Amino acid sequence: MKHLLSIADLNKSEAISILDTATELGRVSDGAVKKLPTLRGRTIVNLFAEDSTRTRISFEAAAKRLSADVINFSAKGSSLSKGESLKDTAMTLQAMGADAVVIRHPASGAAQRLAESEWMSGSVVNAGDGTHEHPSQALLDAFTIRKHLGMGGTDLSGLSVAIVGDILHSRVARSNVLLLSMLGAKVTLVAPPTLLPVGIQSWPATVSYDLDAVIPHVDVVMMLRVQQERMSDLFFPNAREYSRYFGLNGERMANMKSGAIVMHPGPMNRGLEISAEVADSARSVITEQVTNGVSVRMAILYVLLAGGALEVGSN
Amino acid sequence: MSVALSAQEITRALTRISHEILEKNQGSTNIVLLGIPTRGAHIATRISSIITSIEGTEVPTGTLDITLFRDDLRMRPPRAIMPTKIPTSGIEGKDVILVDDVLFSGRTIRAALDALGEIGRPRTVALAALVDRGHRELPIKADFVGKNLPTSKSQSVKVLLSEIDGRDEVTIEEGAE
Repeated sequence: MKHLLSIADLNKSEAISILDTATELGRVSDGAVKKLPTLRGRTIVNLFAEDSTRTRISFEAAAKRLSADVINFSAKGSSLSKGESLKDTAMTLQAMGADAVVIRHPASGAAQRLAESEWMSGSVVNAGDGTHEHPSQALLDAFTIRKHLGMGGTDLSGLSVAIVGDILHSRVARSNVLLLSMLGAKVTLVAPPTLLPVGIQSWPATVSYDLDAVIPHVDVVMMLRVQQERMSDLFFPNAREYSRYFGLNGERMANMKSGAIVMHPGPMNRGLEISAEVADSARSVITEQVTNGVSVRMAILYVLLAGGALEVGSN
Repeated sequence: MSVALSAQEITRALTRISHEILEKNQGSTNIVLLGIPTRGAHIATRISSIITSIEGTEVPTGTLDITLFRDDLRMRPPRAIMPTKIPTSGIEGKDVILVDDVLFSGRTIRAALDALGEIGRPRTVALAALVDRGHRELPIKADFVGKNLPTSKSQSVKVLLSEIDGRDEVTIEEGAE
């Protein structure tokens, strides 16, 4: 495996092996060992053409724990904001000898364009492209679910997951539907019809418009952020109405199964899709998702970079 | 293919290694056994239970995966990472005994010393190997050896253990892997 662009690039055993690797790497970072020499001498560029807190910091921490050199590069403060093209940026990175580029970009397909181009030879990791995919987030979500609710198995069979909210604009939802269903979970999407993409019938998931009917039957409620920055039209009448029908509050949380967990990929709009009471409750694993993100991203970088694929011909 | 050690010989070798460990460390009080996955971990568990049957005390036993510390990662496809389990008593100030199945180039042990250094500072580190087949590439030597097995580099040594392979046996095969 050279690139991680989409969950569709992975088969079930590859996905499980990334989760297993993350489990072992997580034990490493729990203990006294914070740094491993595995990727010493490798250069990883974080190319972030779109704002991010968690994903960028998480990839940076993951790369540093594996002793890689990290170059951070964001749209603000770089020539991207002067209108430099992706091609010229990529060729600059190639000239500097980047072994891998972690890319976030507002355009869907940007990571794939970079991977398939001849602009650079390193690995490409998609850290979110437009409204397409965010595979590392889905892997860390699956990892978190398996850690909490996986019944000793390696996959997620027997579990049901509700993904609630702005499915239309959510790359997290796309990647999660693919990954969670591949791992055997039953996925239900809950959203107002205006926030569901065209062609949703072909996704490996069921659709509901009624959050209250779904909540008592699922093991995981994954809330999505309402992505106002991507909304050019009016998708729902007003925030209060959205919150009333599709927000997760304390009252709804009380109807959840015992042991069921609440997830959110962040950043949260507290009071819109999730109430502060829920976000800070014992069911919430939101901060744990962030912790697990580092282990999962270490596993991704390990799988893509530790092997010899890039060094064909040497030795 | 020729059989270098039978099941009974493996048991005898491990029993002797256990006695030697106790003799050299004057008992089992400060010992920590760390097996290198996969087969070294099982051998460590066996040595641990033999020591328990001799001394009547439990010896802290764990596993130490060295994959992330290997110096040949770039030459091969990525390997699966195996569990590292350090006993709760830790390794600080202990007499750590690394346990592996076959001692060959010595590179695994070099990586293991690096991995240990990240976890703590043992008082001493010793090495026990079921088979020493020679051809060292680094200045490393085993303190406790089950059997010295003169081999050529074109041969390969296979250790079979009942925990994984269903039976105990060490064989030498022509043709390296």
